[in-house]
Amino acid sequence: MTTLDSSKEIQKNNSEVNETHEDFRMFGLITFLIADGMTFAGFFAAYLTYKAVNPLPDGAIYELELPIPTLNTILLLVSSATFHKAGKALLKDKNSESQKWLFFTAFLGIVFLICQLFEYFHLPFGLTDNLFASTFYALTGFHGLHVTLGTLMILIIAWQSRIKGGRLTSRNMFPLEAVELYWHFVDGIWVILFIILYLL
Amino acid sequence: MTISIDPQKTNNESLQPKGWLRYFSFSLDHKVIGIQYLVCGFLFYLIGGSLASAIRIELASPMSDFMPRDVYNQVLTLHGTIMIFLWIVPVVNGAFGNYLIPFYVGARDMAFPRLNAVAFWLIPPSGLMLVASYFVDGAAQAGWTAYPPLSITTPQSGQIIWILSVLLLGGSSIFGGINFIATIIKLRRPGLKLMQLPMYCWAMLGTSLLVVLSTPVLAGTLILLSFDIIANTGFFNPVLGGNVVVYQHLFWFYSHPAVYIMVLPAFGLVSEILPVHARKPLFGYTTMVFSIMGIVVLGLVVWAHHMFTSGTPPWMRLFFTIATAFIAVPTGIKFFNWVATLWGGKISINSAMLFSCGFIINFVFGGITGVALAQVPFDIHVHDTYFVVAHFHYIVYGGTVFIIFSSIYHWFPKVTGKMLYEKLGILHFIITFIGFNLCFAPQHWLGLNGMPRRVAEYDPQFQFVNQISSLGALLMAISTIPFLINVFLSVRNGKVSGDNPWNALTPEWLTSSPPPVENWEGEAPLVEEPYGYGKEISERK
Amino acid sequence: MLNKNIYLILIISLVFAISFWIGFNVNLLPTEASINAPIYDELFKILFIIGLIIFIGMTIAVIYSLFRFRKRNDQMGDGIALEGNLSLEIVWTIIPSIIVLLIGLYSYNIYDRMGGMKELNHNHEMMSSNSEKIWAGISQTSDNEIAINNLSIEVSAMQFAFLFNYPKGNFISGELHVPVDQKVSMKMESKDVIHAFWVPEFRIKQDIIPGQPTILNFTPTKVGKYPIICAELCGPYHGGMRASIIVEEESDYNEWFNKNKKPEVNL
Ligand code: HEA
Ligand code: HEA
Ligand code: CUA
Ligand SMILES: [Cu+2]
Repeated sequence: MTTLDSSKEIQKNNSEVNETHEDFRMFGLITFLIADGMTFAGFFAAYLTYKAVNPLPDGAIYELELPIPTLNTILLLVSSATFHKAGKALLKDKNSESQKWLFFTAFLGIVFLICQLFEYFHLPFGLTDNLFASTFYALTGFHGLHVTLGTLMILIIAWQSRIKGGRLTSRNMFPLEAVELYWHFVDGIWVILFIILYLL
Repeated sequence: MTISIDPQKTNNESLQPKGWLRYFSFSLDHKVIGIQYLVCGFLFYLIGGSLASAIRIELASPMSDFMPRDVYNQVLTLHGTIMIFLWIVPVVNGAFGNYLIPFYVGARDMAFPRLNAVAFWLIPPSGLMLVASYFVDGAAQAGWTAYPPLSITTPQSGQIIWILSVLLLGGSSIFGGINFIATIIKLRRPGLKLMQLPMYCWAMLGTSLLVVLSTPVLAGTLILLSFDIIANTGFFNPVLGGNVVVYQHLFWFYSHPAVYIMVLPAFGLVSEILPVHARKPLFGYTTMVFSIMGIVVLGLVVWAHHMFTSGTPPWMRLFFTIATAFIAVPTGIKFFNWVATLWGGKISINSAMLFSCGFIINFVFGGITGVALAQVPFDIHVHDTYFVVAHFHYIVYGGTVFIIFSSIYHWFPKVTGKMLYEKLGILHFIITFIGFNLCFAPQHWLGLNGMPRRVAEYDPQFQFVNQISSLGALLMAISTIPFLINVFLSVRNGKVSGDNPWNALTPEWLTSSPPPVENWEGEAPLVEEPYGYGKEISERK
Repeated sequence: MLNKNIYLILIISLVFAISFWIGFNVNLLPTEASINAPIYDELFKILFIIGLIIFIGMTIAVIYSLFRFRKRNDQMGDGIALEGNLSLEIVWTIIPSIIVLLIGLYSYNIYDRMGGMKELNHNHEMMSSNSEKIWAGISQTSDNEIAINNLSIEVSAMQFAFLFNYPKGNFISGELHVPVDQKVSMKMESKDVIHAFWVPEFRIKQDIIPGQPTILNFTPTKVGKYPIICAELCGPYHGGMRASIIVEEESDYNEWFNKNKKPEVNL
C-alpha cells in the first residue's frame, strides 16, 4: 500500500507540456485490491470446502454468538458512511470538518478491533482446538489485520489533512480516495465474512 | 478523475549512479531494472542448473550413492523452486517485461517505478535466503509442491524459510503484475490503440492478469501451511482433522496458472522475434490476441488435472480433462500462426531464429504429451513419474528457456550496442538442442515403464536410459560455456551493431542502441504497424 | 498448382503412414498384466499416433520453411506482406477442437470401461456404515460382483512400507498375493503422509491419503511377480518404498492363504 502511495513519480508524457494524464494510481490500487480479494477468496473457498467435506469431530465446541459480530457489522458500515462524509467535506475545502470525520472513522475502526478482541477472549475454543476454530481465527484475524492497517492509514491522512493547502487538499484527493476505497473494500469483505462465518 | 502533471523531469539522470555501478543500485530506470532481473535470474539459473547436475549425477547409478537421500530431496526441491520462482518467472516477466513494455507503449518508464524497484529488490534476498537454508538446518525437502502432511513433518526450519521466500517472491510477482497492467492500459502514448500494441504487451497483460488473480491464493495457502507448521493448527494436518486434498486444490489453483505465467511471455517474445528475422508481418494478429485471452481464461479452470489420483470425485476429473485438453486449441492457433509467419518469408538463419524454431518444435512435443496427460485414464498410470518430468522440461526448458536465449540473442545489440558472435551462438544452439533432447526424451520411456519421480534410487533395469539422460544434462551444462564466452567477448570487443541492426519496426529499435535514459531523445514515435514488413516504406505508418 | 497439391497430399500421407507404423510397431509400455492394461494400451496407441502426426507435421513445416524460405546471400528486402487469412484461422481452430473433443470423449469411454465412473459410496462389506467419503480411481466391480467373489484387502501405508491385511484370514502380509483372474478390491489408508500405490504392469495408481480412505479395484490377468511402487514423495526413503504383488494360480494362492491364515479366536 505505502509503496503504491509513494510512487508519485508520474511519467511526464512527452507530447505537450502541462498535459493532463488520467490518474493511474487509482487503477493500480484497484488491481491490488483485486489481488487482495483473491487471498480472501482462497480462504473462503477453503472454509466452505471444510464445511462441506470435513464434518465437525465429536465433542468439538464450535459455537458463535451473534451480538458482537452484528454490532461490528454495523460499526463498519457506519464507518464507511462517515468516511464518505470526510471526502465530501474535503472536496468543499472544509479541512477541519473532514478531519473530524476521519478521526471518527478511525475511532469506529478501533472500537471494531476492540470488540473483535473481546470476542476472541470469550470464545469457548482456541486457535488449535479444531479445524473450524483454526479457520475462524485465520479468517477473522487476517481481516482484523486489514482493519488495523486501514485504521493506521486513516489516522495518517487525518493528520495530513490538518492544514489547508497541505499534502491533502481538494486538489490532491488521492490519498483520501485511496484509503477510502481500501476501507470500503475491507467492509465488503467483512460483510461476506459475516455471512459465511456466522450466518451460514 | 484526472490530475494535472507538472512538467518536471523525473531526473533519474542526475540522481542515479552512472556506468555499471547503477546495476547495483536502487535504480528506478526500467531498463536498469530489467537487466538486474536478467542477470540475477541467470545467476540463479546457474545455481539451479548445478543442482540439476547433482540430480543427474546421482541418477547415473541406480543406488543412492552420490548424496544422502534427504539431501537428494532437498536438492530437487531447491532445483524446482529456484528454476521456477527465481529464473523463469522473474526473467520472462520481470526482465523482458521491464525492458520492453515501456518502449512498446511509448512511455519513459513503468507506471510505478518505485514499486518496480521494490519488486526487484525482493528477489535477491529471498533467493539467497532460500539457498542459505540448505546450510542452516537443511533446506525444504517436500518437493516444490510442498504437499502436507509431508511438509509439516519434515524438519521445520527449512520448510519455513522456503515458505517465507516463496511468499516474498510471490509478492514481488504481484507488484510486477500490477505495474504491467497499469503501464499497458494506462500509460500508452496518446494515439496508440490497444490493437496496435506489439504482441508481447498482450502476452504480458494476460500473464499479469493471471498473476494478480492466482498468486494471492498461493500466498494465503502458504500462510495457512506455515500456521500448521508453527502454531500447530490443523488446516492440512489429518491428525488434527485437517484435509490434505484442500491444500492441493489451493496450491494448484495458483500453480497451474503459474505454468502459463512461465510460458505466455515467451509466446509474446517469440511473436516479436519471428517477424523480424523472417521479414514478414506477424500472421493473424487478432486471433493471436484472442488466443492469449482464451489461454488465460481456460488456464484458471483446469488446476485439478494435477490431482487425478488424489481422490477427487469422477465428475470433477471429467470436467478437468475436457477443459485442460481444450487449451490445446488456443495454443495451437498460436503455433500455426507462427509457422504461417515463417512461410514465404526471407528468413535469416541466425541464433535467435534457431532458438525460436527449436522452441516451436520442443513445445509442440511437450504440449502433446500435456494433452495426453490431461486424459484421466492416461494420467493415472504416468502421474508422478518421469513421464511428467519429461513433459514439463520439454515445455519449461525446451520452450521457455530456449526463448530466453533467443531473446538474449535478439535484444543483446539493443542493450549493449554490440553484436553477439553468430558462430558461437549457433554452436550454443546445437549443443543445447542435442543435449536437451538427449536428456529429456528418454525420460518419457522411463516414466511409462515404471520409474517414479523424486527418487534417488531406482530399479537397475533403468540404468542405461538414465545414463543417456545424464549425458544429455552434461551436454546442456557444457552448452552454457560458449554462451558465457560469447557474452563476455561481445561486451568487451563485439562488433558495434548500430541502432537497428535487424531493421526491425517495433518501437524499441527506433531509438539509439543502447537507449538514452528516458528512452527517446524527443517524442516517442507512434508505431501503428509494429509488424509492417514487406510493405513499401510509403505504405507503412 | 496441381503439382503442389500432389506433393502436399504425398507428404501428408507419408506423415500419417510413418506415424501409424511407429504407433503400431514401437512398444513403449511394460507387460500387460491386468484387464486394465489392454484398455490403457489401446488409448495410448491412439494418443501416440495422433501426437506423432501433429508433431512430425509441425516439425516438417518448420524445417521446410527454414530451408525453403531462407534468405539467400544475394537477396534483399522483405517477405510478402501477408497479415492473416481468416479461413485458414478458422480451419486450424476447428480441426484441433474436433480432435480434442474426440480424444476427450474417447478417453471418457476408456475411463468408463476401466470402471472409473462408478459411484463408490455404495455399501461394501468392509467400508459399510459410517458416512466416510471414499473416492478413488479405478473400480471395475459392480455391487453384485463384490458380493459374489471379491477378494478384499486392506492396505495401510506408512513411511516406508506397505502392509496388506487379509481380513478373511485375519493376518497381515508384507507381500500382496492375489489369485489370477479374480477381482481384488482394496481399501487403502495411510498412517502418516501421502503415499501412492502403483503397479506399472497393471496401469493403475491411486494415492493413499491420511484421513481419507481410498478404494482401488483391479483384476490381474497374468501370473507373475510385479513391483508395487510408492509414487508420491513421502520422505527420504520414498525411493525405497516398494513391495511386490504376486499373482498366482488359484491353487497356489489358496495354499499360501491357508498357510498364513490365523485361526478364528472366539473369546
Ligand atoms: C510452462 C509450463 C507448462 C505449460 C505451458 C504446460 C502446458 C500443458 N500442460 Fe503441463 N505441467 C507443467 C508445466 C507446463 N505445462 C509442470 C511444471 C507440471 C508438473 C508439476 C509437478 O507436478 O511438479 C505439469 C504437469 C501437467 C499435468 C499433470 C501431470 C501429472 O502430474 O500427473 C498435466 C495433466 O493434464 C499437464 C497438462 C498440460 C497441458 C494440456 C498443457 C497445454 O497447455 C499444452 C498445449 C499445447 C499444445 C497441445 C501444443 C501446440 C498445439 C498444437 C500444435 C495444436 C494441435 C494439437 C492437438 C490437437 C493436441 N501438465
Ligand atoms: C522451471 C524450470 C526448470 C528448468 C530450466 C530445469 C532444468 C533442468 N532440470 Fe529440472 N525440474 C524443474 C524445473 C526446471 N528444471 C521442476 C519444477 C522440477 C520438479 C521438482 C520437484 O519434483 O519438486 C524439476 C525436476 C527435475 C528432475 C527430477 C528430479 C526428481 O524427480 O527426482 C530432473 C532429473 O533429471 C531434472 C533435471 C533437469 C536438468 C538436467 C535441467 C537442465 O536443463 C539444467 C541445465 C543447466 C545447467 C546444467 C547449468 C549449467 C551450469 C553449470 C552446471 C555450472 C555452473 C556453475 C557455476 C559457474 C557457479 N529436473
Ligand atoms: Cu511412500 Cu513414497
Ligand atoms: Cu497444470
